[in-house]
Amino acid sequence: MLVEFLRAARRAGIAVSVAESIEAFSAVDLIGYEDRQTVKDALRLVIAKSDEERERFDECFERFFGIGNFESGADGLFDATLETSPVELLELLDSELARLLLDDDRAELVRRLHAAAAEIDLASVRLFTQTNQFARRILEAMGIEALDAAIARLRGSGEGEAQRLADFLELRRRAVAELARDLVERRLAASGGGEADRMHDEFLQDARLVNVDRRDLLRMRVLVRAIGRRLASRYGRTRTKAKRGHLDVRRTIRRSYSFDGVPFRTHWKRRKIEKPRIVLLCDVSGSCAPLAHFLLLFAYSLSEAFSDIRSFAFATSMIEVSEILETQTIDDAISQIMRTIGFQSSDYGRAFATFDQDFMDSIDRKTTVVVLGDGRTNYHDPRIDVMRRIYERSRRVVWLNPEHRVAWGMDDSEMLRYLPYTHVARVCNRLRHLEAVVTELVKSR
Amino acid sequence: MSETVRPDTGSIEAVEAGLIGANYICNRQTATAIYLARNLRKPVLVEGPAGVGKTELARATAHYLDLPLIRMQCYEGLDESKALYEWKYGKQLLYTQILKDTYGASLRGIESISEALEKIGDFDDVFFSEQFLEARPLLAALRQENGAVLLVDEIDKSDQEFEAFLLEILSDFQVTIPEIGTISATVPPLVVLTSNDSRDLGDALKRRCLHLHIGYPDAKLEERIIEVRVPGVEGRLRAQIVAFVQKLRTFELKKLPSVSETIDWARALVLLHVTSLDADAVRDTLNVLLKYESDIESMKKHVNSILAAVN
Repeated sequence: MLVEFLRAARRAGIAVSVAESIEAFSAVDLIGYEDRQTVKDALRLVIAKSDEERERFDECFERFFGIGNFESGADGLFDATLETSPVELLELLDSELARLLLDDDRAELVRRLHAAAAEIDLASVRLFTQTNQFARRILEAMGIEALDAAIARLRGSGEGEAQRLADFLELRRRAVAELARDLVERRLAASGGGEADRMHDEFLQDARLVNVDRRDLLRMRVLVRAIGRRLASRYGRTRTKAKRGHLDVRRTIRRSYSFDGVPFRTHWKRRKIEKPRIVLLCDVSGSCAPLAHFLLLFAYSLSEAFSDIRSFAFATSMIEVSEILETQTIDDAISQIMRTIGFQSSDYGRAFATFDQDFMDSIDRKTTVVVLGDGRTNYHDPRIDVMRRIYERSRRVVWLNPEHRVAWGMDDSEMLRYLPYTHVARVCNRLRHLEAVVTELVKSR
Repeated sequence: MSETVRPDTGSIEAVEAGLIGANYICNRQTATAIYLARNLRKPVLVEGPAGVGKTELARATAHYLDLPLIRMQCYEGLDESKALYEWKYGKQLLYTQILKDTYGASLRGIESISEALEKIGDFDDVFFSEQFLEARPLLAALRQENGAVLLVDEIDKSDQEFEAFLLEILSDFQVTIPEIGTISATVPPLVVLTSNDSRDLGDALKRRCLHLHIGYPDAKLEERIIEVRVPGVEGRLRAQIVAFVQKLRTFELKKLPSVSETIDWARALVLLHVTSLDADAVRDTLNVLLKYESDIESMKKHVNSILAAVN
């Protein structure tokens, strides 16, 4: 039963390793099955590794070990009792299941039910349409056919006593069938949910940012932030590398003079690793509006991940939004930015001119400039010269364009003219793109 | 607890009672974790907001099991030499200087180089023996004869590399020192790791641990905690304090008040001879509960309304 639960947990999106499965077994061995809450606590301690997984675990556990597994459920179906037990008729009952039903040993019945479920590999149930099929197979594994035959024999013998016994068995049979069905349904609920969620997540990663449904926004946001966090930890790792290194022989010897030539204090070579300095220019104009939300969302998670980042938003004009992104909650930040300058028509020329005047200082040799925008200037002067200056001053210029490459340079898109002054230009309209680009950003330093 | 009788860890109830005996009130989940950790010999990774008693849990466990608590505080740049062992370089140098004459004398009269090397080799072994070994927390924990409680505090602050290195020790409870050999624990220590979730821990480490999440306690539990930790508070005030803090946690604050803050606050109120919460007393002592100026400012407006709800 535990094996099946672990499988269900895995399917619910909790990563359970083999080692953890063994661990789970020894934990349950230790504490026994008596107390449901204790079993739950123990399994949760062993299996669930994060808040999210704890949540999923609770859900999965409740579904899987519904009350029925610990007490025999199927309300009322077992209430009917038989007053007399006609001993002579029992010989007709050539069925173990029938005897079990007459004995009224519910615990044993439930145990059998689970054994049968394990036998037919109930954990592989995936679809609701399979419910009947699996319930049927469980019953077969429990020996329902012999029971049916026994009932038929009773009916055939024709006596009143035998008829009553047959009626009673019919009733019990229905109860067992109900239990089996219930079990399948619960198992299905426990294992099906996670899979669907994961598929949905994958779909979202691949969906074009513009097309994502409003109700998926929340989910999307979680994904974006997860990317941000992953980047943050990856980035943290490269930074600490600076501390490792080789022995700096010259310095060690130089230092040793004060200790009478004994290399008392060692000196290690240090690799200097620069923090990535990022300047983010984000187009929030009308043409980019559906995307702007995500670009800002992303800018927001970036500013959580990197310490040295300045963000600017532009449409007709350009403003610095670093502070808004840093101090406010994500919703407030985005809505405030959109209120201030969003939805205007874009004028890259003017925006760049503003940048040239006021913020050019923020770019130096170490800066990576990331531009998020479609490069559509509404036929204004694109101010390629500013772009070139940015290109010359900075370490790298990365342009992320939500439009497909084919559309670059068509109509008012000046993308092709900006292109020479970027180090990398990418199409970026899916979450996957976003992640790939930023990973590259972090790595190539 | 007497010296001869080992504390009982035979059941979850016994662990819970033991922790209460060590002045640590916990829920059943926490007791289960310690019980499993003790019996399965698995490290416990404790997560949760700051100040809910993660470190305290290790301390209480050590007290209850009557074992020494060995604490290792993690920080960025922590490495093996600070966590595991280090040679006492100074002592080694000092001894070589002092013994210079001795081995100078013993080398006198030796003709061949190989013979001299052999002689020096003997000295070498002396200088790299346990006598010159500085045991850092991890090694110290392994060497405790009756076992120990090893607290690896704020593991998330350490580097990824250190985490990997820690794995080796946590899985086998042994370390290899090239000059001496392998040292393995006589009695594996009970390991408690704490994390504030400032970065994601590696999967390998996570997999080897039991995961205990300690959140903010519910009102009943918190009252019991206050009762044990701050004995001077009367029942009514205690209920008020706890209700107030519980209410406070429902607001959006930069840093929510934790159990440790509640305890501090209760102590402060006792010290000020406050017998019943009123708006003035709360406003004067709000800085004990809230650690950010902006939080305090925003909450001052709500003090009256919260008090009304509490009383």
